[in-house]
Amino acid sequence: MKKEDLPQDTGALEKFTREVCYVKNEDGKYETALSKGWEVKKLALDSAWEDVNARVEEARQAVIRGEKSPIYYFMELRLMDLPVLSGYTGIFSFFIKRHLKPAVFKKLSERKLEKYARAFDITVDSLKNFKG
Amino acid sequence: MNVDSQTDEFHHVQTAHCENGVTTALLRYRGLDFMTEPLAFGMGSGLFYIQIPFLTVNNGPAISFRTMPGAIFKRTCKSLGVDVTRKKFSNLLAAEAFLDQKVKEGVPVGCQVGVFHLTYFPKEYRFHFNAHNLIVFGQENDRYLISDPVMEDVTSLSREELSRVRFAQGPLAPKGHIYFPESVKPISDDLIRKGIGKGIRRNVRDMLRIPGNFAGVDGIRHTSNHVRKWRDKLGLRKASLYLGQIVRMQEEIGTGGGGFRFLYGAFLEEASAYMQDDRLSQVSEDFTKAGDLWRASAIKMAGVYKGRLTEQKDFNEIADIMLDIRSVEKEAFEKLSRLNLGK
Repeated sequence: MKKEDLPQDTGALEKFTREVCYVKNEDGKYETALSKGWEVKKLALDSAWEDVNARVEEARQAVIRGEKSPIYYFMELRLMDLPVLSGYTGIFSFFIKRHLKPAVFKKLSERKLEKYARAFDITVDSLKNFKG
Repeated sequence: MNVDSQTDEFHHVQTAHCENGVTTALLRYRGLDFMTEPLAFGMGSGLFYIQIPFLTVNNGPAISFRTMPGAIFKRTCKSLGVDVTRKKFSNLLAAEAFLDQKVKEGVPVGCQVGVFHLTYFPKEYRFHFNAHNLIVFGQENDRYLISDPVMEDVTSLSREELSRVRFAQGPLAPKGHIYFPESVKPISDDLIRKGIGKGIRRNVRDMLRIPGNFAGVDGIRHTSNHVRKWRDKLGLRKASLYLGQIVRMQEEIGTGGGGFRFLYGAFLEEASAYMQDDRLSQVSEDFTKAGDLWRASAIKMAGVYKGRLTEQKDFNEIADIMLDIRSVEKEAFEKLSRLNLGK
């Protein structure tokens, strides 16, 4: 990539930092230059977030329909999957899968609910009372 | 070179990639002023390609353009005969106490962290990615001073914020991982040349001779074959998300552009000066070409996730570019392999 071809498209990095890129200068030698961003990857990031938001909305609807427990919604909201949530709660994935069922969720102990609430950065009450 | 200048002030170094940056800044602090990001990357044999089978990351293919986390620091230090201390902790308090001890001693240390809870990162970048690296180099008003190599400036974190990211959970959980060079002996140009030769030979091995079809230059063909099938197999929406994931792994903050290929080109250019060997800067051009091709493929992929390109022939074109890239990289590494850079 030539230095003059380095894109400077503003995106999510604005007000955070510019990033170092390796480019060829006029003498055909490598040097570093700072880039504000590149449209191509901004769009990739945007489409990843669109997908996340769609998944969160789907999860919300599933909770409203009574198919999934609030844990499922907050797991999607916090971009987690089973291994990550298992890491933060210390609860095995096998059990987490069961806790995604509304009937099992209702019977969860306060201690388990606390573990989930801490992992999601919310209060136990907002986890228990989430209706969608 | 004056190796006694260890007590000098720490200087923040901004680099494309976090691990290169931590390696470069910590070694420079120890008096190795010649260290640069491309040199650390090349000596650590950082260039790679792999599509990890059966694994998905953020609901997309698990693709990496670089070697395993931690390897660059380890290999570069080893090549230069630098002793390294590294520690992981099961106990949070012990991890905090060890860090505080080092801060009190005035020793800058590298820390592996997760980015999901990293407060100074923009929200858009905060996924559950646990192999980010930063340097803690002091403390002021109860806040740790942080040198994050991908940032233009230094920043700071509170005790809670730092402990939280040091004990992020999930795949590659850092477990408070802390590391720093311990002792540095005087380093001769000859040792640097040896390190460069070793780094290149190991990179040739990783890219050309790794077993299996999903890693090294053959890994690129592996992904290319997948791309060809994605539209029919996954549907257009999911296929375009998968392509977006490739572009993010390839271009997102930390690769220096073109999936580290430009960075490797820069390394070979530097290596050519150290080794007094023009052939290396000729091969450097091949990596520039590979990087440019990766960028071209990214533009094409963007056409798909923008919804502008929807036909199977567009997927075929992307797959064909990837085959071109494979042959360019394969040839480049074969050239490096034939150079006989000495043992």
